[in-house]
Amino acid sequence: MSSPAVVKEDRRVAERGSSARPQAATARFWRIKSFCRNRAAMIAAIFLSLVALAVIFAPLISGHSPDDADNLARYAPIGTPGYILGTDQQGRDMLARLLYGGRVSLLVGVVPTLTAGVIGLALGLLAGFLRGIIDQVIMRCLDVVFAFPMVLLAIAIAGAMRAGAGTEIISITIILIPYFARLARTATEGVVPMPFIEAARAAGGSRVTIMLRYVLPNVFSPVIVYATTLIGLMIVVGSGLSFLGLGVQPPAADWGAMVADGRVVLRRAPHVTVLPGLVILAVSLAFNFLGDGIRDALDPRTIRR
Amino acid sequence: MGSFLARRLLAVLPVILGVSVVIFLLIQLAPGDTATVLLGPQATEDAKKELRHVLGLDRSLPVQYVSWLGRTLEGDFGESIATQIPVIDLVLPRFVNTMILTFASLLLAIVIGYSVGLFAALRSNSFFDRLTMSITLLAGSAPPFWLGLILVLLFALKLRWLPVSGMQDLAGEGGLLDMLRHLVLPAVTTALGPAAIITRIVRSSVIEALQKPHVRVARAKGLRRKDLIRRHVLLNALPPIVTITGLQLGYLVGGALLTEVVFAWPGLGSLLYDSITARDLPVLQATTLLIALAFVLANIVVDTINAILDPRLREALKA
Amino acid sequence: MSARTAQQMAHQAGDIALQVTNLATRFGSDRRGATVVDGVDLALRRGRTTALVGESGSGKTATALSIMRLIEPPGRIIAGEILLDGTDLLGLDEEAMTAVRGARIGMIFQDPLTSLNPALSIGRQIAETILAHEDVSDAEARRRAIELLTHVGVADAARRVDDYPHHFSGGMRQRVLIAAAISCQPQIIIADEPTTALDVTVQAKILRLLHDLQQEMHASLLLITHDLGVVASMADEVLVMYAGRIVERADVDTLFHHPRHPYTKALLACMAGIEDDRGEPLEPIEGMAPDLTDPPPGCRFAPRCPQAQDRCRAEEPQLRAIAATQEVACLLVQPEMADG
Repeated sequence: MSSPAVVKEDRRVAERGSSARPQAATARFWRIKSFCRNRAAMIAAIFLSLVALAVIFAPLISGHSPDDADNLARYAPIGTPGYILGTDQQGRDMLARLLYGGRVSLLVGVVPTLTAGVIGLALGLLAGFLRGIIDQVIMRCLDVVFAFPMVLLAIAIAGAMRAGAGTEIISITIILIPYFARLARTATEGVVPMPFIEAARAAGGSRVTIMLRYVLPNVFSPVIVYATTLIGLMIVVGSGLSFLGLGVQPPAADWGAMVADGRVVLRRAPHVTVLPGLVILAVSLAFNFLGDGIRDALDPRTIRR
Repeated sequence: MGSFLARRLLAVLPVILGVSVVIFLLIQLAPGDTATVLLGPQATEDAKKELRHVLGLDRSLPVQYVSWLGRTLEGDFGESIATQIPVIDLVLPRFVNTMILTFASLLLAIVIGYSVGLFAALRSNSFFDRLTMSITLLAGSAPPFWLGLILVLLFALKLRWLPVSGMQDLAGEGGLLDMLRHLVLPAVTTALGPAAIITRIVRSSVIEALQKPHVRVARAKGLRRKDLIRRHVLLNALPPIVTITGLQLGYLVGGALLTEVVFAWPGLGSLLYDSITARDLPVLQATTLLIALAFVLANIVVDTINAILDPRLREALKA
Repeated sequence: MSARTAQQMAHQAGDIALQVTNLATRFGSDRRGATVVDGVDLALRRGRTTALVGESGSGKTATALSIMRLIEPPGRIIAGEILLDGTDLLGLDEEAMTAVRGARIGMIFQDPLTSLNPALSIGRQIAETILAHEDVSDAEARRRAIELLTHVGVADAARRVDDYPHHFSGGMRQRVLIAAAISCQPQIIIADEPTTALDVTVQAKILRLLHDLQQEMHASLLLITHDLGVVASMADEVLVMYAGRIVERADVDTLFHHPRHPYTKALLACMAGIEDDRGEPLEPIEGMAPDLTDPPPGCRFAPRCPQAQDRCRAEEPQLRAIAATQEVACLLVQPEMADG
């Protein structure tokens, strides 16, 4: 079972991010304004947008193909004309590899988080709202997944299946669902006893309506905040899986695999390892700040006019 | 205390059972048909059917699970597909090595986290504090395996202070000192992420405890700063710190697994990696099961420590 | 007779335990901040209770914390002298001041529910005060803690000394805190709204306890409160504080029967007495306390004073003696030397 300490932690996260009141459009406007005032979060949002654009329009930015191995241009350092970020031990352009590889890495971070978020939110909402047997069954099943260290289970699942980006996505989705479910359940437990829910019940709303129209919007906020921070973390976990060779196979590569590739030439051409790691670090940090910014913007206590 | 532990262990039994089910099911995820893998694609359909029957693979899943569980409880994890060695013999020595790495990393993470965090909290908003916050942010967001390689680049390749990889166990020529030399980089790498998070929680928890009203009351009594910090600040700051430290255990173990691969540390992590590369599923299963069990037990220990520290829960312990 | 002279005379009589002169405490920077204690003088006499009265934000608690030197950044004491038996507390280093706190001045704070450390037994929290100032064994300190608990009215002290704060009610916790504050027989006891957070029935008992202890130890009690009823029953001398300044000082009878400062009069009018005519509405004071980051020129009470004149807004009134036992800081009040 989730230890009492962990439940307390979840409650703190849930309370911090939630704004359990009936939502109003004006309130939402003030929150967007309040977010914009958080400089770190704004910079992070802009940075991530740029990264996303760069990755999508990769062919326009780098003239090279990521698989283009040029024997004459091997081990080129950063700043070499034509290969602005240098090349690796096979003469492939680092910038191109980072951009194309970024497509996979970002996908492996975003897709499982969003998927697990939706599924976990649904499970947690059901468990927290309906209580009883459904709650017990759902929670017991999730407890089993919690018994594993997150990374171990991801590696084991991905390791048993055939390697590839899809495997990574499935694996990470599976391990994330319980975390979202637990958070959503704790948040739901916090919202259900509130007076306006009782009022809705008294007004004769059906259970489904109440759950979807009144409880869900208020559980949404902590889940969104959590998801944003988790995307950054999952990019790191995904790169870890790729580092172990469980992701896209050569010659294709994502950031994690690139770090592994650079291992063998660490002394001679450190930039092959350093660059992809720096990118992972920067993106992960950016999601961190973004998550903080969203959390502060959604927290009714920090709304400033 | 005894009954508290007994109750906790009892409650965790269904979870362990569930864990075993998950691990059993892992095999089912593997692509390909076992009989084909073992006999080769040339084998006849009859030969494969025969093998499947011998291996018990034609029985229903629940039946297979029960028989697998039975064997596992006896310590029979089967044989490694790659080397034919009984899996149990492969796994146990590695377990000890991973324990060494994990404990060393945990110790480091706690020592660094608690001391730096406390220091930063007592001098909050100073240059040191802000520097610490920046460093912990970076360390907590960086991929641990990459950090390990950076450390290798710096300390092993450029500065040549420490060895690049491997491990000398206590029986080797270098003895304890040599093992410690090999332990430094892997332990630091594994510890960095959790240490960063622990530092932050220590800092915020102590700052919060410092602002509690009873701290001012204690100052008004004329207590010396040392006693004040110890009894009235630290004691109250401890519970969330211990909770978070416990939660870091999961990341620590995961980090250790990756670090073992980076540094060729002969533990369960690198065994797991090898088994994946060689598609040696029995070894994969056994390794995962062992790590998961150790983790479950470790969490019970953490919960018990948490309960001991909270005077209100202490009374529940005596019940 | 000026306020200063009166004080000097009393001091020479050897009666004064604590003498505060021109105390000023500021929060924030020199450019942007508020001086929440602005030139406060007070003198505590042995065996006597002095009440410091004022509304929230008037600076009463800040004054007490300044005396104890418990003001923390962004606050700091910017001027003044605090003489305890001839030593200026503001000149002491932190180590010396730690020796004073708890041993020579004891302080009781407002909210007993948050003033005790939930992780330590109450006996420990009393004993640690003793152990911090006297060279005794743990066993001896514990024994004295039990004695003190009994003395402040905690029944079955020997058994309860190892209990934790959450086992006690608010009133009992306050008794524990009082026990800790007087454990080293301090000459001065400062009580900051000691009964505000308690039930009315408990309030009377706690005040009674404080009174008895003070008499027994012949200590000086500085009682901070906003409750004039408490003042009437406990105080010998009253200081009325407004916006960081003392606006009236008088002995308790004079204050209640002949208040001279408009603020004091207004405060008394706010109170509902049992004999009052039920038909008459309570009279609140118009307006709000001034923002001390930008205090009004002249008399700080002028914006709310029903009798304010133009010169009130131009000139700052000083505390002047208008009778033998009364000082007022108001331009409109004339000294009545004839009254004596």
